[in-house]
Amino acid sequence: MKFPVLFVACLLPTWSYADTPQSIQDHYVASAGAGFVASAARGERFFQQRFALSDVMPSCASCHTTQPVKAGEHVVTGKTIKPLAVSANADRFSRLDKTEKWFDRNCKEVVGRLCSPAEKADFVAWLREVR
Amino acid sequence: MKRLCLALLSTVLMQAAWADKLPMPADAPPSYGEDCGGCHMAYPPALLMADDWQKLMLNLKDHFGTDASLSTSAYQEINRFLVANGGNARRPGVSDRSLRITKTPRFLRKHDEIPARMWRDPRVKSAANCEACHRGAGTGRFSEHDLVLPELRGR
Repeated sequence: MKFPVLFVACLLPTWSYADTPQSIQDHYVASAGAGFVASAARGERFFQQRFALSDVMPSCASCHTTQPVKAGEHVVTGKTIKPLAVSANADRFSRLDKTEKWFDRNCKEVVGRLCSPAEKADFVAWLREVR
Repeated sequence: MKRLCLALLSTVLMQAAWADKLPMPADAPPSYGEDCGGCHMAYPPALLMADDWQKLMLNLKDHFGTDASLSTSAYQEINRFLVANGGNARRPGVSDRSLRITKTPRFLRKHDEIPARMWRDPRVKSAANCEACHRGAGTGRFSEHDLVLPELRGR
């Protein structure tokens, strides 16, 4: 009896389907430090900001469009990218590991550094809200 | 004799039809679509030689100008998948130093009638964008008889 229970208990941390946009935002808010409050307005400004690193993809909007309720397109390959806004795509921000992976990649490529938990929290807040 | 000729002819024709169908092998790991297929189409491994895939995978930090590094587990399963399913010598042929699918002899031969300006057309953007012209590319269908762009049909 003990073994099956222990086995199931060990699996629990690996189940990430339970993530939601809200829980992912909460995770970043908690990591951002005491007293931090996420701001969708700040998140939108960050999303639209043109960084100086890459001529080809100066901003998040370069691939995800300035209106993330719409499908975007990879600026180099032309591949269709499904909408980033949760209101247009229920799959977005449903897995923390996947969210983290793409923040890591894309922040390095566009911003030139890893994004902070505060920036990620704001970003998710806006994408949860935008319609 | 007639029957033999007919049998041989149909086999040859079927080979030609098969050549345009390059389905994704059933053992594709989910990470292939999620990681590799995030920025460009998840290419059927048969489009590139196994050795070329291997070389590509050894330099993901500079993957056509991007850092496409993977987690250890994703790297191992994708690498194994690509090398195991990479095209053989008769099909794509060896690419050039760039390791691009679009520089394999087969690709060049199949697309030699396409004017250079098509690759820069805003509807296409890049030769890496198979789906811009090949409607069924996502499911491994590259027939020249099922093209999206009207000016390419009936060539």
